[in-house]
Amino acid sequence: MDTTISVLTNKLRDASDWFTWISEAPFARAVVFGVNIGGHLFVEGLLLVVILFLLSQKSYKPPKRPLTKKEIDELCEEWVPEPLIPTITDEMKSEPPVLESAAGPHTTINGKEVINFTSANYLGLLGNEKLLEACTRALEKYGVGSCGPRGFYGTIDVHLDCEARIAKFLGTPDSILYSYGLSTMFSAIPAFCKKGDVIVADEGVHWGIQNGLQLSRSTVIYFKHNDMESLRNTLEKITQENKQAKKLRRYIIVEAVYQNSGQIAPLDEIIRLKEKYKFRVLLDESNSLGVLGSSGKGLTEYYNVPVDKIDIITAAMGHALATEGGFCTGSTRVIEHQRLSSSGYVFSASLPPYLASAAVKAFDILEENPDLITKLRENINILFKGLQYIHGMEIMSDPLSPIVFLRLKKSTGSSKSDLKLLEDIADHVLKEDSVFVVTSKRSTLDKCNLPVGLRLFVSAGHSESDLEKASKSLKRVVASLLTDQS
Amino acid sequence: MITIPYLTALTTYFSYGLLFAFGQFREFFRKIFDWWRGSNLQGYAPICLGLEDFYIRRLYLRVQDCFGRPICSPPDAWFDVVERLSNDNNKTLKRTTKVSRCLNLGSYNYLGFAASDEYCTPRVIESLKKYSASTCSARVDGGTTSIHMELEECVANFVGKPAAIVTGMGYVTNSAILPVLIGKGGLIISDSLNHNSIVNGARGSGATIRVFQHNTPSHLEKVLREHIAEGQPRTHRPWKKIIVIVEGIYSMEGELCQLPEIVAICKKYKVYLYLDEAHSIGAVGKSGRGVCELLGVDTADVDIMMGTFTKSFGSCGGYIAGSKELIEYLKYSCPAHLYATSISPPAAQQIISAIKVILGEDGTSRGAQKLARIRENSNFFRSELQKMGFEVLGDNDSPVMPIMIYNPAKIPAFSRECLKQNVAVVIVGFPATPLLLARARICISAAHSREDLNIALEVFSKVGDLTGIKYFPAEPQKQQVEENRVKLE
Repeated sequence: MDTTISVLTNKLRDASDWFTWISEAPFARAVVFGVNIGGHLFVEGLLLVVILFLLSQKSYKPPKRPLTKKEIDELCEEWVPEPLIPTITDEMKSEPPVLESAAGPHTTINGKEVINFTSANYLGLLGNEKLLEACTRALEKYGVGSCGPRGFYGTIDVHLDCEARIAKFLGTPDSILYSYGLSTMFSAIPAFCKKGDVIVADEGVHWGIQNGLQLSRSTVIYFKHNDMESLRNTLEKITQENKQAKKLRRYIIVEAVYQNSGQIAPLDEIIRLKEKYKFRVLLDESNSLGVLGSSGKGLTEYYNVPVDKIDIITAAMGHALATEGGFCTGSTRVIEHQRLSSSGYVFSASLPPYLASAAVKAFDILEENPDLITKLRENINILFKGLQYIHGMEIMSDPLSPIVFLRLKKSTGSSKSDLKLLEDIADHVLKEDSVFVVTSKRSTLDKCNLPVGLRLFVSAGHSESDLEKASKSLKRVVASLLTDQS
Repeated sequence: MITIPYLTALTTYFSYGLLFAFGQFREFFRKIFDWWRGSNLQGYAPICLGLEDFYIRRLYLRVQDCFGRPICSPPDAWFDVVERLSNDNNKTLKRTTKVSRCLNLGSYNYLGFAASDEYCTPRVIESLKKYSASTCSARVDGGTTSIHMELEECVANFVGKPAAIVTGMGYVTNSAILPVLIGKGGLIISDSLNHNSIVNGARGSGATIRVFQHNTPSHLEKVLREHIAEGQPRTHRPWKKIIVIVEGIYSMEGELCQLPEIVAICKKYKVYLYLDEAHSIGAVGKSGRGVCELLGVDTADVDIMMGTFTKSFGSCGGYIAGSKELIEYLKYSCPAHLYATSISPPAAQQIISAIKVILGEDGTSRGAQKLARIRENSNFFRSELQKMGFEVLGDNDSPVMPIMIYNPAKIPAFSRECLKQNVAVVIVGFPATPLLLARARICISAAHSREDLNIALEVFSKVGDLTGIKYFPAEPQKQQVEENRVKLE
């Protein structure tokens, strides 16, 4: 025991001798700026050596072994893809009724004449003699298709005439034609909104706009459907939170008459907010052109807002104008920019010339017959009043909207079962009273979550008795089918 | 693969460099003027982005007159091009009343259905009278007329698939249907030169997108193996499904798709194949049924067949053909079917009639003649161009043939000189092609006669010499050179 202690003390003494030797080494006794640095230099030197040693070592990485050919083969063999499409259920199989004549206010289904409330032929121009004549002449002169995009000999003189006619009618500097209504918005939005830009959009916008928003890759913020208070809060929040916001391009995107609800956007308030927060406005006038305003120029005329306050206006021509395609109108700069950077314009064949001639003619007819608009307004009024106190349902649309939108007062629980019930109503109305109405069907891609409903497109071509028959029939069928609802 | 002569590449880069430098120089003065005049934006960010704006102002506007030339007749073999005038250095162009009759080598009028046709036009006008120009309604609502049903059946029969769905625009067909078929957790493998509508459709779907080298089946296989083994990025879960997207004829290259090889790979790896036949349906194949017929591929091996009616059929719109279940599902969920105005009935009738002519159901052999004519015309024109020493891309039988131009100054020069001699051609440059690979694109039609083509060849030869775009030695000369060599030895 004693021996071990003495060995230990010897060792300790040795160590302390070493230490004193080191600290007494000539350089260790150095004095720097009046401070005795003692043995520090030795210890620090040692530390430095250790650090250098550690640094020179490779950091640990798990060994990387790429998959062998055999392993990849096995993985490929094992992989089981999902089927291309989900299993088809019965609800997916429903076929729409087939029309046997033109889709005018009266049409034929299964050999029976029905009153048509599914066609957005607001001014009743579908089947108009003058329009057909213009189409026939264009078909004889130009054939059907244009066989090329606008850049590559697909520009036919009627396209340029049509663009000029649209601009003249709306009082804008210039306009641009698209070959399909749906492609107008989803091409125009990404032409101006890129990654980093801010878009404030209504949550009820239709799929064409939704797709445009997605393709633009901008920051999209939705506000509550047609709620100006919500819009104001959203704009305020963006301007407050983001100090960079001033340098970004900022847009508000709204529809004049919402396809998904029939409500009308309060443009005067939107303009006030836009000017206060310095946003640009994109307005989709698809369902208001030829409908709102004393001469049918749309929402801007209805609210008496100068058209140049709106930066970009788009519209589909497959509604009141009874032709096809779409257009965008605005300042020359906005339009010229689209001619090179709007994908649906650059990369697609142009509008068949006969449809462009039809559009030109439709504007002529509209300008010559402003009473068409008055007649349409009366018709909307009749149907609106006729359906106002319908049992178990309520009108969601604006009294001036050409789309009368009926929804269930009490949902059955899910929009799927609601839709089924509404489709049942539509079926009965068609079969029993020959009144053709449709539900607002939604694609699986559509992100709009407004309630579904029955949509009735009113036309100036409907007679008073047509409208009365429709509201009577709807009331009767709804009352019989919605017995459990109150 | 395109190989560029070294000197050409150098001069092309130099020209673009010069354009860019001068553009920036002018832009500098413009900025000073703008600042001096004072901005009128008042707190708004500029609506057009800087670089895009620069491109339009300094490059595009200078050659603007070569694009979007208006015509005032149907885009047939010969058409009337409206002359335009500019008083402000090409910034704006004004239409004049002067018209020049030109040979049309630009329109996609492959079978010559663009102009009025003895069989089609009366039927089209009849259906216009019966159904009017539009239905003003979507297909699922009140936009389905008996003509639409007939069209879908007719298209399915023609393409060789059990069912088909038709939309009113070719671009929308791609961009609205891809998101329905695939979404998050799926993988789209797309050819690097696929059309913009496919690119947009793929982007809109939310699926992961990977690209394989243009028309290279071996690279497709490599990409497929790599991605199936890796699974989804980060989570490494297996992909839900994979869709390979290719085109039948590539519109900017004139190349035919290597379909048999690609079909074999798709089968081997259990991935779905989406074939876009925008340019090939009606234009190639013995009875006009597209690349599948031409290359001997069973249509059952292609899961989704897409095509458009704008080209060979002289109408508008597009279709998807596939299994009965696929079409049922698309009709239930595709936005183009649910929300867009249905295809205009006269346009639908034009397609039905054109298909009937192609199949000889009109009681004549006009369709067969058209098909034989476009094939002969294409192969004749291509071989003649090659003999002259032009660098022509693409495969035999394809009616699309790009002629390489390369240098930016030669692009408008070729177009303007040809137009002066009454031949209208399409020129394509950056950004539609890579910077170096500007080209002129010729589309041959069955409506062209042999004389028409000879006129075009003569003009091309002259203009080609003038602009110096015959990058290869002409064929007889080539022989001479070789003979000389032999003698020298």
